[in-house]
Amino acid sequence: MNLLKYLLVGFVFGIVLTKSEAISWYRIYEMFQFQSFHMYGIIMTAIATGLIGIQIIKRKNIKDLDGNPIYIADKEDGNVRYWLGGLLFGLGWALVGACPGPIFILLGAGFMSAALLLFGALLGTFLYGVLKDKLPH
Amino acid sequence: MNLITHTWHWAVSGFLIGLIMLALTYFGKTFGMSSNLRSLCAMTGIGKRFSFFDWDWKSQRWNLAVVVGAMLGGYVAVHFLSDPTNVSLNFKTIHQLTAMGIEPPNPKTGKILPNAIFGNQAFQSPKLIFILISGGVLIGFGSRYAGGCTSGHAISGLSNLQIPSLKAVIGFFVGGLLMAHFLLPLIF
Repeated sequence: MNLLKYLLVGFVFGIVLTKSEAISWYRIYEMFQFQSFHMYGIIMTAIATGLIGIQIIKRKNIKDLDGNPIYIADKEDGNVRYWLGGLLFGLGWALVGACPGPIFILLGAGFMSAALLLFGALLGTFLYGVLKDKLPH
Repeated sequence: MNLITHTWHWAVSGFLIGLIMLALTYFGKTFGMSSNLRSLCAMTGIGKRFSFFDWDWKSQRWNLAVVVGAMLGGYVAVHFLSDPTNVSLNFKTIHQLTAMGIEPPNPKTGKILPNAIFGNQAFQSPKLIFILISGGVLIGFGSRYAGGCTSGHAISGLSNLQIPSLKAVIGFFVGGLLMAHFLLPLIF
């Protein structure tokens, strides 16, 4: 498996998220205060670009790099997991101003306190794995 | 060069993020950063005790390569592609932050994170350690429970018109608004 192209995609992702300031606690706070269009603009443009691209892929039956048909799995049906999981995620997102991508990017950029975020995120993932069968989905 | 070192316009940034998602789709993969947290847990071998982590993380090495790339990208962008104009906020936001005791970005030096939360003193303050770890726990637990985060649901899911992703994204914003408007002022 050639990992270089993934490394490169990640490299661009890290630069874009840093230069758009989506990794900034300040920008997330400003977004949730509705005091700037910046973050909404980023998210909506990304979705619009993706939407058009996915439609082109589906309608033209574009094959992936290895020549296989591109199959995009539908998300599983459910209610509690999306509403409640989403709510918990949102609380964390606005508290520390980072989601999983930016946690890694901040750490790479040398913000050492992001290590505490990563530790917490791993702990949270672990707790979910332990409790999974007891939770409503 | 200013074009690179200044804050990138939202339209350019959003377009590039959309292309990143499409590139991974073209490589036969799915854009989603939080799965890496599950891979990192699975790597420790705890899958023997907890079946959720008994999965083939080696098949997800490509995504870990994306993470390593993103970390390098963050390093290069912060150390070589930044300038003091970065993170210029709405003046109302600046007032609110000052009132909460969180220093706003200095327009002469630019700043990504507030020292009041992320400064190196964080490691000596039980309150800040608790805040940062709990924030991480909510993010890790919530994204796995909801089956994705901003990249997996908001970008990948919504651009594929997935109703479950819409529910999750509404959840993200309800949680975020509750925190930003009611809880943050109590915490700081």
